[in-house]
Amino acid sequence: MKLFKKPVRVSNLTRRCLKGFIHLLALGYLVGLFYAGVTDNLGPDPVDTLLNETGIWAIHLLLITLMLSPLAKILPSPEPIKFRRMLGIYSFVYALSHFATYILFELQLDMSLIATELVKRPYIVVGLTALILLFALTITSFQKIRRNMGKRWQHLHNSIYIIVPLVLLHFSWSQKTIWQEPIWYWLFAFILLFNRIKGLVTTALKKHARSKNRKHATQT
Amino acid sequence: MSKPFKPSVKLTDNHVTDESIYLNRRRLLKSLGFVGASALLSNPANAAGWFWEDDKEKAEAFKTQALKFSQPEKYQISETQTPEAKATSYNNFYEFGTAKDEPVKNAQEFDTSEWTLKVDGLVNKPLTLNLDDLTKRFPLEERIYRLRCVEAWSMVIPWIGYELGALLRAADPLSSAKYVAFETLYEPKQMPGQRNRFLGGGIEYPYVEGLRLDEAMHPLTLMSVGLYGKTLPPQNGAPVRLVVPWKYGFKSIKSIVRIRLTDKQPPTTWNRLASNEYGFYANVNPDVSHPRWSQASERRITTGGLLSRNRIPTEMYNGYSEVAPLYSSMDLTRNF
Repeated sequence: MKLFKKPVRVSNLTRRCLKGFIHLLALGYLVGLFYAGVTDNLGPDPVDTLLNETGIWAIHLLLITLMLSPLAKILPSPEPIKFRRMLGIYSFVYALSHFATYILFELQLDMSLIATELVKRPYIVVGLTALILLFALTITSFQKIRRNMGKRWQHLHNSIYIIVPLVLLHFSWSQKTIWQEPIWYWLFAFILLFNRIKGLVTTALKKHARSKNRKHATQT
Repeated sequence: MSKPFKPSVKLTDNHVTDESIYLNRRRLLKSLGFVGASALLSNPANAAGWFWEDDKEKAEAFKTQALKFSQPEKYQISETQTPEAKATSYNNFYEFGTAKDEPVKNAQEFDTSEWTLKVDGLVNKPLTLNLDDLTKRFPLEERIYRLRCVEAWSMVIPWIGYELGALLRAADPLSSAKYVAFETLYEPKQMPGQRNRFLGGGIEYPYVEGLRLDEAMHPLTLMSVGLYGKTLPPQNGAPVRLVVPWKYGFKSIKSIVRIRLTDKQPPTTWNRLASNEYGFYANVNPDVSHPRWSQASERRITTGGLLSRNRIPTEMYNGYSEVAPLYSSMDLTRNF
């Protein structure tokens, strides 16, 4: 299905303005949150609000990033892909702020508490694993590194399909009951990723079958 | 010459942010945030909320009334109190939504005018109290208690009420009574969380709690009908709730319609949902961690922003060591 007959394109100026606008929103919201938190204008428990907002927006940005390539196909247009790196990096920035909030303001740098919580609590371990993976994707997102990495770059960046369930597991696990907000996110992510996971699995299977055939051929 | 540097303002209770400004916070967040994308991604109920909220805010707030009470010296502690605006807008009351800012929004039309509280089961004189009886039958006193939530945050709240013991003695328990079972109102028409599992966290309603009879008769155990000098607002458990200060907050059941004396340990809501995480006793205990987080310390919610260091060590029995004899023969690691 395609919405337009000809590929949709925008001028360089429009694209730049749009990017500037996204920078303004993403950074502005983050700065605004921390400012409101420091001045005690972030609700009854500023730490709780800040944890929730940075966490939920890291997830939103991650899912938006993953919506860009299907969007590029449907329009069709090369434009959405040009925003992918930027939004992906913002997802990491929000996730990092979420982690920093947890360490600095929730645990308040109590070292022994940090040590036990980071190791002993499964939902924290899951979240931290996702953060480390997101960090790996972020530092390899420069064009130069990307070119140097060649094929391995795509392999590494396929780990986004592991990051999504890890992040959602962390989200679900942090709640006291199952029937809460995360359910909708699981549903949305499943619909969003279903085709791509199916694609990855079938190519992997084909590859496996081909190598098996080759082995078989050399033996005979 | 420049003026000498003055240290920044020291905050006291008098500097508490005005409630109306505080309530504006949500709007501020929204205007800062990317509303469009969030509405797309968040769940339908929430998404709808973005548009309907204004109407809801116009709805008349629940009316609370000033109460007359004594202030026994013994229960007037000097710890900094949580501002009223915070204690009445940061609530766990899943009947009105699972997020902590939902009960204050969803409970304002709660109608308590036809309330009855029944005390029955293994008693000689079963009782039924109506709304008026709840605040008039027993003399009221103010008690400032620490409230420790199982989620590792705490508040200091001036409750108004009377000892549960006084109420139970009026019903005259039989000698066979060993436990006390409590039940919250079940009325899906009034409580949206009971109508919709996505709003109410999918827990089994009505919410039920229980105490051993000696715990229930302990002088610290309070039937509360008010806080901060007024009757309870619905988000805090109007018109009558339990307050057991040495146990995690979820034991202090809200909006009670029935109290039944039994000879068997009654089921309790959170224990039924996850018995590995929430026990029947649920005594505050820094040495027994929740499977998902430590209980050794807590964050005290009073005033001050992100930079206030409000993490304090959690005390055994939340500092109410006078209850220790109740558990002298018990292994509290197993009976958590």
